[in-house]
Amino acid sequence: MTSTKRPRKLILYVAGQTPKSLAAIANLERICAEHLPGQYEIQVIDLRQDPKLAREHSIVAIPTLVRELPVPLRKIIGDLSDTHKVLVNLKISDST
Amino acid sequence: MSSSQGIRKSPTGIDGFDDLTLGGVPTGRPALVCGSAGCGKTLFATTFLIHGARDYGEPGVFVTFEERPRDIVDNVASLGFALDKLVADKKIAFEYVALDRSELEEAGDYDLEGLFLRLEAAIDSVGAKRVVLDTIESLFSVFSNEAILRAEIRRLFDWLKDKGMTTVITAERGDGTLTRQGLEEYVSDCVILLDHRVQNQISTRRLRIVKYRGTAHGTNEYPFLIDQDGFSVLPVSSLGLNHKVFEDRISSGIADLDNMLAGGGFHRASSILVAGVAGSGKSIVAASFAEAACAAGERALYFSFEESVDQSVRNMKSVGIDIGRWIKSDKLRYIATRPTFYSLEMHLAVVLREVTKFNPSLVVLDPISAFFESGDPMEIQSMLLRVIDFLKGRGVTAVFTHLMHGQDGNVQTESGLSSLMDAWVLLLNREVNGEFNRELYLLKARGTAHSNQVREFIMSDDGLKLVPPYLGENGALTGSARKNEEARSRRTEMQRKADVLRAQQQIQQKRRRAKAQIEALQAELDADEIGLKAMTQDEEDYLRQAADDKSEMERSRKS
Repeated sequence: MTSTKRPRKLILYVAGQTPKSLAAIANLERICAEHLPGQYEIQVIDLRQDPKLAREHSIVAIPTLVRELPVPLRKIIGDLSDTHKVLVNLKISDST
Repeated sequence: MSSSQGIRKSPTGIDGFDDLTLGGVPTGRPALVCGSAGCGKTLFATTFLIHGARDYGEPGVFVTFEERPRDIVDNVASLGFALDKLVADKKIAFEYVALDRSELEEAGDYDLEGLFLRLEAAIDSVGAKRVVLDTIESLFSVFSNEAILRAEIRRLFDWLKDKGMTTVITAERGDGTLTRQGLEEYVSDCVILLDHRVQNQISTRRLRIVKYRGTAHGTNEYPFLIDQDGFSVLPVSSLGLNHKVFEDRISSGIADLDNMLAGGGFHRASSILVAGVAGSGKSIVAASFAEAACAAGERALYFSFEESVDQSVRNMKSVGIDIGRWIKSDKLRYIATRPTFYSLEMHLAVVLREVTKFNPSLVVLDPISAFFESGDPMEIQSMLLRVIDFLKGRGVTAVFTHLMHGQDGNVQTESGLSSLMDAWVLLLNREVNGEFNRELYLLKARGTAHSNQVREFIMSDDGLKLVPPYLGENGALTGSARKNEEARSRRTEMQRKADVLRAQQQIQQKRRRAKAQIEALQAELDADEIGLKAMTQDEEDYLRQAADDKSEMERSRKS
């Protein structure tokens, strides 16, 4: 993999402006900024605006953070308050 | 019924279930269907949804957590449900919630709002009134935070209730509990338990309504069937003794037997027992009943627990009963199953269902004794009682055959069958002088005067006949003894006739001979008379001559 410099996309699915959603957004931004600078680009999708996407991406729990690449696909659910767990699942090995 | 006023109900369209619950599942509320694997939960739910969308104008959403929609469509296609068409017509929407534990990680607090959103979108897409969740317990294997999950499931049920969705939730049976995850705590309105039990190597599916708040419902276990006609519950209840009676008669197909009853034939809707030892012709009599019903333009249903259709058709043909043509024209339906194929109540259930479907005027169960080998006599009697009550209630004549093991003086059948039966035709097969002869006796016929005679029952290729036995000095005789006796009496009769003839001839001869003698004597007499006459003439001539001569002489002397 040569495209190490290009940030990978993280999609955070939320449903409206619930406390959990807001917490998740804040937590994710904090983690990325603190621990993974430049590696990820965050996109937030509000499923309330477009419920069809929930089916398309088979989202059940809210909030859900999806990392599509690199494979395997990872889904992290919850308000991402457990920083350690989030990092474990998002960390790309050093070789890339 | 007053009991159904409390809450509204939505029909499931499942045969029998709606009768049992006096209307169906509670409208706008969740109902829980639980049971172990393979007992028909998904089919119950699918049938509920399909009937709603197709027959009751209530579109539905099928939320499946396990099976893929394609599989569900294929599964019910074999039962004649065109589920894919309903999906294409936007009457049913599938929501496949596929979850993969391995790609999921939990980090913090979450809820299942995604599921709610998807469900809402699906409900809106078809305007659903019904929802199926099959099986929501799968969520427990994916999400590890049980507290959240339980709260969310409770919220989901409440949410569905608020939306007025009539919901069927399926759940796996747990150890000692109705469901593995205790879902019955959240569904307080209606809980249905499906069961699949094997007893004596015979499996029976049963359904029980564990709970149905605010309504009367049957509390028994009811057998249910899953077969080519889908899911049907069979409320088997005793109907009591208040059925209509019929005055008209039906033929047994054996004219001689009908004639043994004053008025000709058996009463419609009576229960007729044809009992006899092996090979006494029970099935043939039963088939004859069926044939007669078909010939009269009615329908007959024949349940055989011993013979297959083809075998029976062939065998009946040999005695001039062609049931094949009635089967072809669908006047007669022939259902052959082994007694061990189902449990007793399942047999009963099948009988009731087939009768309801086919609507015959006569039903044959051949033979009921087949059950006695596998079941408890009390159970069998209660089953038969239900069959009889059910058939009587519908005005259907019932013909049962029963294999007896002995016939000498002991004409009692097992289980006190007699009291259940209105008419009892007893077939005997008795050995006399080295041959077995079939005999038929009308042991009982409620409400009709009937012959008290034992008739000889003769089967030949041109039909069935009852012949009065030969009543001679040595009692009633049948078979070749009867023929022998008849021949002997014919012979003596002939002998007597010949004797009379001979005597007559002799007299005639005598008369002729006497006549001839008389004639001969007469002739002799005549001859004598002629001789006498001649002599008298001669005498007269002589005397005249002598007188002449004397006067001549006197004359000559004078002169």
